[in-house]
Amino acid sequence: MPDSQDLAAVWLTLKLAATVTVLLLLLGTPLAWWLAHTRSRLRSVVSALVSMPLVLPPTVLGFYLLLVMGPNGVVGQATQALGLGLLPFTFPGLVVASTFYSLPFVVQPIQNAIEAIGPRPLEVAATLRSRPLDTFWSVVVPLARPGFLTAAVLGFAHTVGEFGVVLMIGGNIPGQTRVVSVQIFDRVEALEYSQAHWLAGGMVVFAFVVLFLLYALNPDSRRRPA
Amino acid sequence: MKILLSLLAAIGLVAPALADEVKVAVAANFAAPVKKIAADFEADTGHKVVISTGSTGAFYAQIRNGAPFEVFLAADDETPAKIEAEGAGVKGSRFTYAIGKLVLWSAKPGYVDDKGEVLKKGDFARLALANPKTAPYGAAGVEVLKKLGLAESLQAKIVQGENITQAWQFVSSGNAELGFVALSQVWENGKLTGGSAWIVPAADYASIRQDAILLARGEGKPAADAFLKYLRADKARAVIKSYGYEY
Repeated sequence: MPDSQDLAAVWLTLKLAATVTVLLLLLGTPLAWWLAHTRSRLRSVVSALVSMPLVLPPTVLGFYLLLVMGPNGVVGQATQALGLGLLPFTFPGLVVASTFYSLPFVVQPIQNAIEAIGPRPLEVAATLRSRPLDTFWSVVVPLARPGFLTAAVLGFAHTVGEFGVVLMIGGNIPGQTRVVSVQIFDRVEALEYSQAHWLAGGMVVFAFVVLFLLYALNPDSRRRPA
Repeated sequence: MKILLSLLAAIGLVAPALADEVKVAVAANFAAPVKKIAADFEADTGHKVVISTGSTGAFYAQIRNGAPFEVFLAADDETPAKIEAEGAGVKGSRFTYAIGKLVLWSAKPGYVDDKGEVLKKGDFARLALANPKTAPYGAAGVEVLKKLGLAESLQAKIVQGENITQAWQFVSSGNAELGFVALSQVWENGKLTGGSAWIVPAADYASIRQDAILLARGEGKPAADAFLKYLRADKARAVIKSYGYEY
């Protein structure tokens, strides 16, 4: 049976994934909007930066975050000057790292969905004197709903599945940074295989259920909205 | 045909007949010395050494599940004993190749005093350790803290690396002000490579005997035998000593 340590890791993981998903929807939506509409030359640069976590090994990201957020790094010196202390080995540190790590999984589906809407509905809304924010809520969000749903589910699930980055900057602190994937690693290393199975098997079921729901609730995802 | 063979040899699919290869799993704390020893060994014998470093617990799980290692240099003496008892190692091939020393180290010069009083002062935010459940140096660190009566008061400041390399990395990057690492990681040619340190008296923790074992996959392989023999010879022992180990 999973013990209190395992349950604490599960709870921490859910808390981390939920926090990161909310943050990513807030940050990712304007970014996706900008990427879908801009004609700026910076578009390719920003797109490349956003997509980099898809290509980079998580250890690379974790290693540089450890250095940059450490006492000799730019970010570390800034957070210390602001009286926030250092980010590695803290829950906020994991939130920051995971936000970078899961960014493409949120931005890309939203961007695709916004691009698929095309300029027409926005123009129509404008001729009906809809204000931009109004247009966003009553035209863009409903039309791009499958994209937002996909973004939220993938952002959440990808954060739950994170391992390399947390391993590099987490420090394995119970209740702070010891998430499920690290706990599984610990159990396997300590040869506590039956405990490992509870968590690892749980992750397999979780992954299937999440993706099944995504495909079941999002029947439109195969054809593009008109 | 000749061209094909030489091409295959070039990309390593066909090993040249004489030079044999030995695959060695090495505990993280011994990474630096084993590289030096392996280089000497390759130069002296013509055999090739393929080194994998990691934590002893992880290697144990991998060896039990068919990992292709032929020699195992563990960070403790229990794991090789268990491997031998379970039949994954060759009976009678075990020996202690090094006795490890624990050190409290900081990347900052002058931060750690030579008696470890800095631990009692406690004016630091993070103390790094290797995971005591899986890494012998981590367990030794916890033992020292208990002996000093500080295990509980410092509990909240401890950050764990998955192995001793990661604990070292946390300290060397400055993210933890200090930490318990292996002397071999911060010691070369008889002195500290940088920062400040307290070499913990050997009496304060159960001695870290690091045992080597010939694994079942290495049985009867000349290169594996030769490497283990080489590890006990004077030349290798001098290297081992220069990194602050006893044997």
